[in-house]
Amino acid sequence: MLKKHPLLVLALVAGYAFLYAPIISLVVYSFNDSRLVTVWGGFSTRWYGELMNNEPLLEAAWMSIKIAGLNASLAVVLGTLAALALVRLRKQRGHQSLGVMVTAPLVMPEIMIGLSLLLLFVAMEDVFGWPQGRGMLTILLAHVTFSMAYVTVIVQSRLAHMDRSLEEAALDLGARPMTVFFTITLPLIAPALGAGWLLAFTLSMDDLVIASFVSGPGSTTLPMVVYSSVRLGVSPQINALATIIIAVVALAVLITGVSLYRKEMRQA
Amino acid sequence: MASMSPSPADNVWTASDEEPIVRIEGVTKTFGATYAVDDVSLTIQRGEFFSLLGSSGCGKTTLLRMLGGFETPDSGRIYIDGQDVTDLPPYLRPVNMMFQNYALFPHMTVAQNIAYGLKQDRMPKPVIAERVAEVMALVQISQLAERKPQQLSGGQRQRVALARALAKHPKILLLDEPLGALDKKLREQTQFELVNIQERLGITFVVVTHDQEEAMTMSSRIALMHDGRIEQMDTPRRMYEFPATRYAANFIGLVNLFSGYVTEHEDDLVTLHSDEAGCDLQVHHSQPLASGMEVTVAVRPEKIRVYEQHRDLPNRIHGVIEEIAYLGDVSIYHVKLASGKTIQFTQSNVQALAEQPLTWGQEVALGWSADSCGVLTQ
Repeated sequence: MLKKHPLLVLALVAGYAFLYAPIISLVVYSFNDSRLVTVWGGFSTRWYGELMNNEPLLEAAWMSIKIAGLNASLAVVLGTLAALALVRLRKQRGHQSLGVMVTAPLVMPEIMIGLSLLLLFVAMEDVFGWPQGRGMLTILLAHVTFSMAYVTVIVQSRLAHMDRSLEEAALDLGARPMTVFFTITLPLIAPALGAGWLLAFTLSMDDLVIASFVSGPGSTTLPMVVYSSVRLGVSPQINALATIIIAVVALAVLITGVSLYRKEMRQA
Repeated sequence: MASMSPSPADNVWTASDEEPIVRIEGVTKTFGATYAVDDVSLTIQRGEFFSLLGSSGCGKTTLLRMLGGFETPDSGRIYIDGQDVTDLPPYLRPVNMMFQNYALFPHMTVAQNIAYGLKQDRMPKPVIAERVAEVMALVQISQLAERKPQQLSGGQRQRVALARALAKHPKILLLDEPLGALDKKLREQTQFELVNIQERLGITFVVVTHDQEEAMTMSSRIALMHDGRIEQMDTPRRMYEFPATRYAANFIGLVNLFSGYVTEHEDDLVTLHSDEAGCDLQVHHSQPLASGMEVTVAVRPEKIRVYEQHRDLPNRIHGVIEEIAYLGDVSIYHVKLASGKTIQFTQSNVQALAEQPLTWGQEVALGWSADSCGVLTQ
């Protein structure tokens, strides 16, 4: 056991303060009555009220949620298929290069992805007439492109650690490969799919750079609105919005944490 | 002492006109440049308890996996009950397998695990429930139906795996090291239980094992594999008493080997000279052997007697006792011969305290009869 050395305690407090002080101040100032973010003017919930009436902001938030949800679902399907190919077709030629290509977006600068996708979409519209203009569809396609790579990596590691004999046992008991996939493989990699879905959702909600490149009129995402409004001066509405998001995320983390804990207790 | 001629019961599985349940014809399987299974042919009769025995990497598991449909042979054919199954996928074969690590589905209860195969056949629910209950009773795990695999002990998991593989009433049950993960006591118990279940159901069992004792205890016949080939295929008794090769003699039980050359072959008695033994040896052997041929004589340690007590023994050697291993039921003596070779012989400890026990450094004369040893030409 480490003794409670004063320096250690200090380091701990400083670490937590560094992580959470900004967030706490953000939450506190969301209840500030003053228009100036840095000056305390008494407790108020007026910014929450104004936020509810801020149509563009709410629309952008809804747009972001829609894109994030669709993106996460598509990325999980494609990422799982890619992971299956990478883990199961090891002996096939081209396996190595497939692995590198699928996971390349993990290391590519976002700005490069954004720019190259924009150029691709413009060129495609010229040649095929699709996608028409830029908007929610192009943002979704761009997000799926890179978040799929994250899902692939997560599912791949789960699949690699999965015992192959489980699937062989199912085959041996008369299940056809499709049945084996849906009754054995899928339930066993479900935690990875869940983690992948959440990560893809978060990545999409969070993305500003790529979305800025491939968005069009009428398809502004939440990060874009926040970023552009901050440039004009921070409104306490943003604090209110951030507080709501933090609350939702904290709740989600709490619920998954508790349910995972319960599941483990049941199995032990 | 056991009679050296094979008993009639030993021939039940080797000579039968019935269509065999398994016929493997010239099967070869390579992984890269290595021959995992090299031109193996064998037949297994209905209702047999057949063991594939060998050390790791000898190809026994690959052969079993080819029976299950998890590997496809490079050449050769496999027939099950007269049907060519060489290219059939596992889910179309009338066999089930018990996997080495049991491969129980962790997200299903014991009952769901056992019902899985029956559900694939689209059986009506009541029939499935009945079958599951029946097979759980057979292996005595009825009280575990609602448990998850993680909540079971190793022995219980083994039973669930067995129940799951038996539930579909396969024509053949394949077992990959079925007792490998159990501790010694449990393993010995389970050996007899497996044999009982096999006899009750009449299903053909094909077992892969590296444990020669296990194979000897359970099997009707054993195929000893070595480097992808079958070294010898016989009943446990014949395997032990009449090993066909040096490898087979060494793999199963303890053995003393004397190399020498044939000096005389008269009727079925071979006389040969061995410098290692330091004398002439006499062995019963029915196949003709040319004079001067290099051969090996194999003698099991328990066939060797102390000469003073058995003066009629034709094979006689002298040596000095070097080591004594007291195992309780028997003692193993290491005896150094004049040629420098060390041999082993065992004696049952019939009396708790023998009057004149053999001790270290004592000179002994040992002997064995002509029909309690064998000649190996390979």
